[in-house]
Amino acid sequence: MQILRYAVYRFGTMLLTLLVVSVLVFVIINLPPGDYLSNQIAELQATGQTAGVAKIQFLRQEFALDEPLWKQYLIWVGFYPGPHGFSGLIQGNLGWSFYNSQPVAEIVGSKLWATVALNVAVVLFIYAIAVPLGVVAAARSRTWIDYTSSFIGYLGLATPNFLLALILYYYGRKYIGLPIGGLMDPDFEGQPLSWDKIKSVLLHLIVPTFVIGTAGVASMMQRLRANMLDELGKPYVETAVAKGMAPSRMLAKYPLRVAFNPFVADIGNLLPTLISGSVIISVIMSLPTIGPDLLTALKTQDQFLAGFVLMFVALLTLIGTMISDVLLIMLDPRIRYEGREA
Amino acid sequence: MSPLLTVEDLSIGFGRGNAVVQGVSFEVQEGQTLALVGESGSGKTVTCRAVLRILPRTAQIRTGKVMLYGRSGGKSLTDLSERRMRDIRGDAVSMIFQEPMRSLSPLHRIGNQVSEVLWIHKRMSQSESRRLVLENFERVGFPDPERAFSSYPFELSGGMRQRAMIAMAMVSKPDLLIADEPTTALDVTTQAQVLGLINELKQETGMAVILVTHDLGVVANMAEQVVVMHKGRIMESGAAAPMLNAPAHAYTKQLFNAAPAIPADPTPVDPPQQEDLILQMKDVSKTYTMRAQSAWKPEVLIHACRGLDFSLPRGKTLAIVGESGSGKTTAARIALGAELPDLGGEVLFRANPQSAPIGVHAMNKAARTAFQKQAQMVFQDPYSSLSPRMRILDAMTEPLEIHKIGSKSEQRDRAGAKLRQVGLNEDMLMRFPHAFSGGQRQRLSIARALMLEPSLLVCDEPTSALDVSVQEQILTLLEDIRDRLGLSYLFISHDLAVVARIADEVAVMRQGLVVEQAPPDTLFYNPVHPYTKALIAAQPTPDIDRPINLKLVAQGAGSPASWPDEFRFEGDSAPSLTQVQPGHKVRCHV
Repeated sequence: MQILRYAVYRFGTMLLTLLVVSVLVFVIINLPPGDYLSNQIAELQATGQTAGVAKIQFLRQEFALDEPLWKQYLIWVGFYPGPHGFSGLIQGNLGWSFYNSQPVAEIVGSKLWATVALNVAVVLFIYAIAVPLGVVAAARSRTWIDYTSSFIGYLGLATPNFLLALILYYYGRKYIGLPIGGLMDPDFEGQPLSWDKIKSVLLHLIVPTFVIGTAGVASMMQRLRANMLDELGKPYVETAVAKGMAPSRMLAKYPLRVAFNPFVADIGNLLPTLISGSVIISVIMSLPTIGPDLLTALKTQDQFLAGFVLMFVALLTLIGTMISDVLLIMLDPRIRYEGREA
Repeated sequence: MSPLLTVEDLSIGFGRGNAVVQGVSFEVQEGQTLALVGESGSGKTVTCRAVLRILPRTAQIRTGKVMLYGRSGGKSLTDLSERRMRDIRGDAVSMIFQEPMRSLSPLHRIGNQVSEVLWIHKRMSQSESRRLVLENFERVGFPDPERAFSSYPFELSGGMRQRAMIAMAMVSKPDLLIADEPTTALDVTTQAQVLGLINELKQETGMAVILVTHDLGVVANMAEQVVVMHKGRIMESGAAAPMLNAPAHAYTKQLFNAAPAIPADPTPVDPPQQEDLILQMKDVSKTYTMRAQSAWKPEVLIHACRGLDFSLPRGKTLAIVGESGSGKTTAARIALGAELPDLGGEVLFRANPQSAPIGVHAMNKAARTAFQKQAQMVFQDPYSSLSPRMRILDAMTEPLEIHKIGSKSEQRDRAGAKLRQVGLNEDMLMRFPHAFSGGQRQRLSIARALMLEPSLLVCDEPTSALDVSVQEQILTLLEDIRDRLGLSYLFISHDLAVVARIADEVAVMRQGLVVEQAPPDTLFYNPVHPYTKALIAAQPTPDIDRPINLKLVAQGAGSPASWPDEFRFEGDSAPSLTQVQPGHKVRCHV
């Protein structure tokens, strides 16, 4: 009950934060002088193609780019009626991409799900590999197990991701027939969801997840190992051993529970690094994620597309932090019962 | 009577180093208590852990044999496989540790941590183990076992946590309980109650106990057999009564002489003269406000100390004695100006007999700097109060640099002189703190406090972290420099025996209030207040004929509402401090 109340409260603060983020995103995108359309006009005028200018002027009016900035913001979010009435983010209108001459929704639509799927897969991969490795490295610290896992971890940190991607694609194809590039077989694109499609997506996810996740695994493993070593020296671990617990159960129940808390808090922070960090990989592996779109949108001052992608990343981050906050409350009674009368 | 546990020729070493425990042999009889006595570094803790083989990874048992009889019928614990060893741990032999605060997992409910033992060893069902654990909780003295079962460790006091640890150790009805300094981290009245509980449980269940301790007073109250260890070897062992009455070995004698005790005969002291007061606290109170949980509940006020009136004559020692949470440290912090008292309170300081008293909390910046030179502090833990990255010379001259006193060479000379004053050597100046023992470090912190040549030293439990023989030396040093340099001490302690020796006047505090204040002799031989009586009764003395009187302890250590009529009060309506004799004040209704 208490947790539910906290979750609701946390959701409220999340919406507020999102509002503030939207202001920041809008301001930052509009900080450089000019916008996509005025750049176009300048270019057309320079080359003397005055015919196109009228069309672009029409677009400016259509998307209220001739209004003052604060009004543009309100129209973009949907607090203020634009040329076509209330039609902003909260009404579900994501805007228009000038660069692609397409609605933003059409460009990012399918990519959003691909991005979410890929990132969830990477986060799960990181936790699934780093936690057991970190625990084992701590429990067997200063033995060959520890040294080997640290060595592999540092290799993972040090290898350039794109190189790893190419190597894995090559050998994955050669020996176990893994598919190369994309997030599903081209045959399935545009098809309704089916069991075969999911299987194809999962198969295509293997290499990208591994490539994007290795660096995260390596750093998380090292931090977890250090945290675990701190906890292993604490008296409550000795108490558990003196009870006659088997080592594996003891490790999982006591020191890991305590050492793990900071990593629960990390879920939220992982997402934005993953998305912005995986742009190059997405290009190389031709993954249909929104990372590359963000890059071109920012370069060309395609403001509605850039704005939406940034908002989306912010939303993912906020949801991640909210999940980790609620999880922490559930996991740590010291936070939950702070100030409860004894 | 047959032995339950025999240890023969046990040697333990770390890595490739010399053995830290050498050739140790002893026997524990069924249903008896064996005390392993020694100072830090004597190997007593490693020895008792070796019985259950829960040693640090780098330690190995090099030689020796540990045999366990009793219900398991003769097993060599040193030869058992790790898997079989796990069946012994927590079942036939269980263990409790020194720090109840940290020996329980902070994230699991007490009930879960205790009933786990039954699941591990007996695969008992949830409901059955819950019933058994609740029974045990009631037995060890939890007022509300159900509530304790679902509590987290941070919701319980230190004494209650140690009771939970004892319940955890007892729930499997072990043949042998190993208690490693079980009461060292507890207040003296709590210690008395926990020791009483262990004794009762021993009689009820017939288990044997190995009690590891540094305190001969605890030994006298608990043990049938004693083993005295020093530097990894047994110095003396045998039955408790003859050894405590007439120790044979020189080291045992030395331990006895160092143990602080409330002296047997009162020696009259002159009542302290009240004319030249170096420090005066008038009606000092401190209230902390704790934020309320919700907007509808009122804020919680915590009275850290209430209406303190102290005066410290120049060259004398005023001791404040109390348990954790009694407000003694807050009082010291206010006296040093580190904390503001509530409105109406006042602290006056007189740097020398001629000067006019100035208010510690009403000083301007220059006066404050001058005051800081005059009043210095010695801290409790010499291991953490010196920066490990600073040479002794730098740590000692730092105050001089802050106050811009002297040239580099003068500062160095003064540091050398102060080191000699506390019995250390000038050529230690270039070392780092880790090169010193605990006692030497406390000497260093005293020397550092003396660097500015203060007239007032506030000593906050300066000997609590030290071994008895070292404590003895530090107290002697403090007395010596007080008399030589004409210092005045405000001495904070939880230990009446330490205070008995050094103080000219003692104030006993309980829940922020001074309950009794008198010169030490009056206080020890004519205590009036039930809480003072409880404190004195709870002090374990190394005399086998003077066991702790648990009834007296229970009477005084309870809440003020349970005190006898003249002293009883509830909430904020405490009676005032009344002078019953010249120089003897007691908080009672008249």
